[in-house]
Amino acid sequence: MTTQTPLVEVNHLSRRFDVSKPWLNRVIERTDKAYVRAVDDVTFRINKGETLALVGESGSGKSTIARLIVGLLDPSEGDIHFDGKSLKKGLKGGEARRLRRRFQMIFQDPFASLNPRWRVTDIIGEPLKVFEGGLSSLERRKRVGELLTLVGLSPDDGVKFPHEFSGGQRQRVAIARALAARPDFIVCDEPTSALDVSVQAQILNLMKDLQDEFGLTFLFISHDLSVVRHMANRIGVLYLGRLAEVADSKTLFAKPRHPYTRMLLDAVPDLEMTGRKRKKVEGEIPNPINPPPGCAFHPRCPFANERCRMEIPQLLWNGEGETACHGVEEGRI
Amino acid sequence: MAAGDGKPILPPEPPGRLYRAWDSDIFYSYRRSPVTIIASIVVVIIVGAALLAPWIAPYNPFNPASLNLMDGFTPPFSESRMGNYYLLGTDNQGRDVFSTILYGSRISLFVGFSATLFAMALGISLGLIAGYQGGTTDAIIMRVTDIQLSFPAILIALLIFGIARGIIPPSQQESMAVYVLIVAIGLANWAQFARTVRGATMVERQKDYVSAARIMGVHPILILARHVLPNVMGPVLVIATIGLALAIIEEATLSFLGVGVPPTQPSLGTLIRIGQQYLFSGEWWILFFPAFTLILLALSVNLLGDWLRDALNPRLR
Repeated sequence: MTTQTPLVEVNHLSRRFDVSKPWLNRVIERTDKAYVRAVDDVTFRINKGETLALVGESGSGKSTIARLIVGLLDPSEGDIHFDGKSLKKGLKGGEARRLRRRFQMIFQDPFASLNPRWRVTDIIGEPLKVFEGGLSSLERRKRVGELLTLVGLSPDDGVKFPHEFSGGQRQRVAIARALAARPDFIVCDEPTSALDVSVQAQILNLMKDLQDEFGLTFLFISHDLSVVRHMANRIGVLYLGRLAEVADSKTLFAKPRHPYTRMLLDAVPDLEMTGRKRKKVEGEIPNPINPPPGCAFHPRCPFANERCRMEIPQLLWNGEGETACHGVEEGRI
Repeated sequence: MAAGDGKPILPPEPPGRLYRAWDSDIFYSYRRSPVTIIASIVVVIIVGAALLAPWIAPYNPFNPASLNLMDGFTPPFSESRMGNYYLLGTDNQGRDVFSTILYGSRISLFVGFSATLFAMALGISLGLIAGYQGGTTDAIIMRVTDIQLSFPAILIALLIFGIARGIIPPSQQESMAVYVLIVAIGLANWAQFARTVRGATMVERQKDYVSAARIMGVHPILILARHVLPNVMGPVLVIATIGLALAIIEEATLSFLGVGVPPTQPSLGTLIRIGQQYLFSGEWWILFFPAFTLILLALSVNLLGDWLRDALNPRLR
């Protein structure tokens, strides 16, 4: 089991996006400003050395959380602590450099995450240039060669451009770039969903090996439950920007508590042919501009009652994990 | 970090730039387009002749001492009254038309290139900032370009030229004229660049390689210069080529209107202005040869721009 020191703490994180029409349209059509709450009051911790996975449907706010944590977006409310230090907007200078160096991100689309005009040596060397300016260009090339070997490519690949690689190889390059500055924490935003199934496993295993070798902490964003099961120690299930359930990977797959988690797990195709009937995911994720009152899941929930329609459930400890569900809290489910 | 076991771990040096350029798709399409090859040869000849004008021109048309008023209006391919041979004839002051064309294209090309470079520098920087920053900055810059594009470029150039004439003391107007012209034409043409670059930047900004650089804390100016700029240069080069032809023509127009370079340092436009006064009295060569050179130059540069646009557009291949 992992040590229980949190490396990343996310407290009451919210992020709104302004999706209003232009000012003139609003005046003529007499509409108000419209906001999407992409992430709404999300709180979680990631312990050192573990992998926390966030799963959810499209539009549930997974990628927004990833971008908030690495600082590509600023939170509307709440804060993020990295190794005890707050990542505030005003963070500048050497302090920011030291912190930034310790986290990196791997992106979903390896065709967009590598600059098409740069050679691989320069792409992987960029973090070295930023964080280890003292390195001579020969030393840097040497490090790049080591990193390429580490992710299963050849140092000779350094002269190539990204378009000369396959999707899986590009993702290896992206991983090498993420590792270049020797970070502690890597945010992986659906790192395998753009890849062929046959390549997915290779990339996932590579990431696991690297995690063991360097003691990395991962935040793993995915919509693929089988990938998550393979990778994660703990799993958070997101629904419409809120956490529905957080539990250990084993617990979540063996005993899902939240009705939404159950629905997701029931929808996974049964490859072991146990005769379990696969249930469809019913209904659609509601419009996040105008989410349903109370528990956002209540229109799709078979157990919903009056309280669920009125009151937003909080994430509470249920003995084995955390769930945000009135039914679980009351012992109905 | 786990190093390779005894194997060489140094990534090799990249292959030479020249070889890569020759091997690239663009040069493949160049080699297969006879029109482009001819156009580029014409451009090279005119540019080369203009650059080498002091060495290859038979006369120096800017040196009043060498002018021979008695040789005025000599027709092309014939000997003058004074016994001198002028290949393309002479103008009203006895200046050799061939030599004035050489020196004139020098000024036309200098103004054209400098004005285009100035417009490019201005347009690219503003476009990058507008596209990357978005919001109010973007709105302000784009409204300015909208206003700019709703005026004819020549009108803006005239306006700027007029203002400059009011500011600069008369004693320096002659020597400053070329630079004022460059600024005027540059300011009349930057909006195209700004628009194109802004659009392309907005596309690139969304891509994850920019996000990756932002996470590392790379300064926005470095991100723009090293990540975004190389990826938006394709369309910019196309506009620049066509813009060069435009700038040369605009310079000619301004000089033709008499607001461009002073008559003592004639550009192609000035030559055409002088020539058109004598067109109907039969001295056609004074107008014809400078105008022909201008058309040839503008046409060739435009053809190059057309080819570049097709060669850089993957959808047209």
